[in-house]
Amino acid sequence: MLRFFIKGLIRDRQRSLLPIIVVTLGVMLTVLGHTWITGILGDVIDFNARFSTGHVKVMTSEYFENIDQMPNDLALLESEAFIAELQEKYPDMTWVERISFGGLIDAPDEEGETRAQGPAAGMALDLLSPESQEAERLNLQNILIKGTLPTSPDEVILSDEFASRLEVEPDDQVTLITTTMYGAMSITNFTVCGTIKFGVGALDRGGIIADISGIRYALDMEDATGEILGYFPGGEYPDEKAITLTENFNNKYADEEDRFSPVMVPLRDQNSLTGMIDIIGYMSGIIISIFMIAMAIVLWNAGLLGGLRRYGEMGLRLAIGEHKGHIYRSLLSESVVIGIVGSVIGTLIGLLFASLMSKGIDFSDMMEGSTMMMPGVYRTQITLESYYIGFFPGVLATVFGTALAGIGIYKRQTANLFKELQA
Amino acid sequence: MDNNTIIQTDHLVKRFPIGGGHFTALEDIDLRIGKGEFTGLVGPSGSGKTTMLNIIGSLDDPSEGDAQVLGTSIKNIGARRASTLRKKHIGFIFQTYNLMPVYTVFENVEFPLLLLKMSDSERKKAVMDALEWVGLTSKVKSKPKQLSGGESQRVAIARAMVKKPELVLADEPTANLDAENSHNILRTMEKLNEELNTTFLFATHDDKVIRYLKRIIYLEDGKVVGDEQVKK
Ligand SMILES: Nc1ncnc2c1ncn2[C@@H]1O[C@H](COP(=O)(O)OP(=O)(O)OP(=O)(O)O)[C@@H](O)[C@H]1O
Ligand SMILES: [Mg+2]
Repeated sequence: MLRFFIKGLIRDRQRSLLPIIVVTLGVMLTVLGHTWITGILGDVIDFNARFSTGHVKVMTSEYFENIDQMPNDLALLESEAFIAELQEKYPDMTWVERISFGGLIDAPDEEGETRAQGPAAGMALDLLSPESQEAERLNLQNILIKGTLPTSPDEVILSDEFASRLEVEPDDQVTLITTTMYGAMSITNFTVCGTIKFGVGALDRGGIIADISGIRYALDMEDATGEILGYFPGGEYPDEKAITLTENFNNKYADEEDRFSPVMVPLRDQNSLTGMIDIIGYMSGIIISIFMIAMAIVLWNAGLLGGLRRYGEMGLRLAIGEHKGHIYRSLLSESVVIGIVGSVIGTLIGLLFASLMSKGIDFSDMMEGSTMMMPGVYRTQITLESYYIGFFPGVLATVFGTALAGIGIYKRQTANLFKELQA
Repeated sequence: MDNNTIIQTDHLVKRFPIGGGHFTALEDIDLRIGKGEFTGLVGPSGSGKTTMLNIIGSLDDPSEGDAQVLGTSIKNIGARRASTLRKKHIGFIFQTYNLMPVYTVFENVEFPLLLLKMSDSERKKAVMDALEWVGLTSKVKSKPKQLSGGESQRVAIARAMVKKPELVLADEPTANLDAENSHNILRTMEKLNEELNTTFLFATHDDKVIRYLKRIIYLEDGKVVGDEQVKK
């Protein structure tokens, strides 16, 4: 019986082709939209992971509570041994030390008197060890505007905006005025080696980056670090793995009595990224709903038109002795077939386009230049979800649209339907 | 209702609501039609022929009175039992052939059998037999579009007859056909009536049909105004 209807469906282009095209389009856009959002939000998360949160971050518990103040007096001590321990316990992960610090940057004139001054937000990371991946991780080479990256501990990079406000150029001297880990005043001279554009307002105003050894010296943080960032292999943030690792770590190390005991915090619990990660979930839901409603409306109307065209057939089938409910169900079965066919085609085309764009479309020419935050390249990201997400709107919308259209037919009195036969 | 009766109406009334009131399409009809009859409801347009066939075919229900069809009361029959009655026992033939355009001749005739549980080979044989009766075995694979009016109506007859129903209801089956084709299909139906003892009930005002009828029931304004057996 179903075979009989599917045969009819295939032969009746008007009945199959238009709905399949609608479903294919809708599903394709759903899949594409989903991969875009996953890609873009994935990039935001990726940026955060690279720049500040890691996939997980280890700090002292007190440091974490006051993290906004960059409290280096609460830093992790004996960090070298600790890193070695982490590397041994979690060998497939990469662990790096970072120190965030605040202070003033002072640009002196020829006599050494202050010519210009401004508050700085600094980050220290390993730029000098040959095996360090940190410069690549932050995409530093690509966002360099002038000069070079630091090649010695006494060099810094300034944000380009900050540098021009202070009127300093590469090779100029600047002085970092800050406090040491122990609370003493610290005045250290650095050579500006280059300028960069972060692309994030706050950082462009006063951001500086230096090698961690120079900053350790300046802040008197020998064998200490503010933060240890951990990265899973493969680059993408694995939320569930990070949560498991965190629980595992904190069970072992965290000690509520000890303010200096290390705690691990996963990416999702930093920088309000929980919202961001959950938004990816919501957005998928929203995309699905939008396309589903739009498709359902189109298919409902297509179904009504198709239904009008098929009143004769309905009347005939009633006359031949098919039950109304059976006719209705056969319409729904047809729609499931259409929904599945359209979803398969739509998903394939959507994935094809998504994979073509997974390298990213480069908008950086249209923008002011690439930045750390906005690499200027938007890419789609295909996840496991991309393979099945289109089927929800695809199949549901067809069934729903047909169900609505079918009610119109169903509600008609048998005799009225039958009238169509006598027309 | 005796064993030989296939249709019996008792004080059958059908009213249609129009505006505030209603229109009486059938008024107090008492009829009895026996097994194997070849009978026509004859009357001018609007006399109630189609209304009568619809009620007998359980596609519409009586306003008052009742119709017994194959021993089943049409009053309060319910949609499910009505469809079962049609599926198993009644074949319909229409003025406009109502073939399903996307299906071949074979498939159009096959369709009523798909509703009845039947093996593939039984079904295939029944379809070929029915097409044989109407002389269309050579058009098995044709689509309705490729058929003439007469051929289309013969397919419709095959479709109505394929399940060997006790009763065939034919509403103006020749209205769209020329004389030769009309005679053709009537001879086919006459033959099926004789060979399979199928009861035929026509609604018509076409002389070409009336000439073949063995009993003529005259309707006018929803009332039976005459009922004659034709002696051949
Ligand atoms: N659903 C309906 N609502 C209102 N009036 C109806 C309805 N169906 C039929 N009628 C009326 O009932 C009367 C009988 O209609 P019916 O279709 O039975 O006539 P008929 O004898 O078959 O005519 P024709 O030869 O033109 O087919 C007509 O006056 C018609 O207008
Ligand atoms: Mg009529």
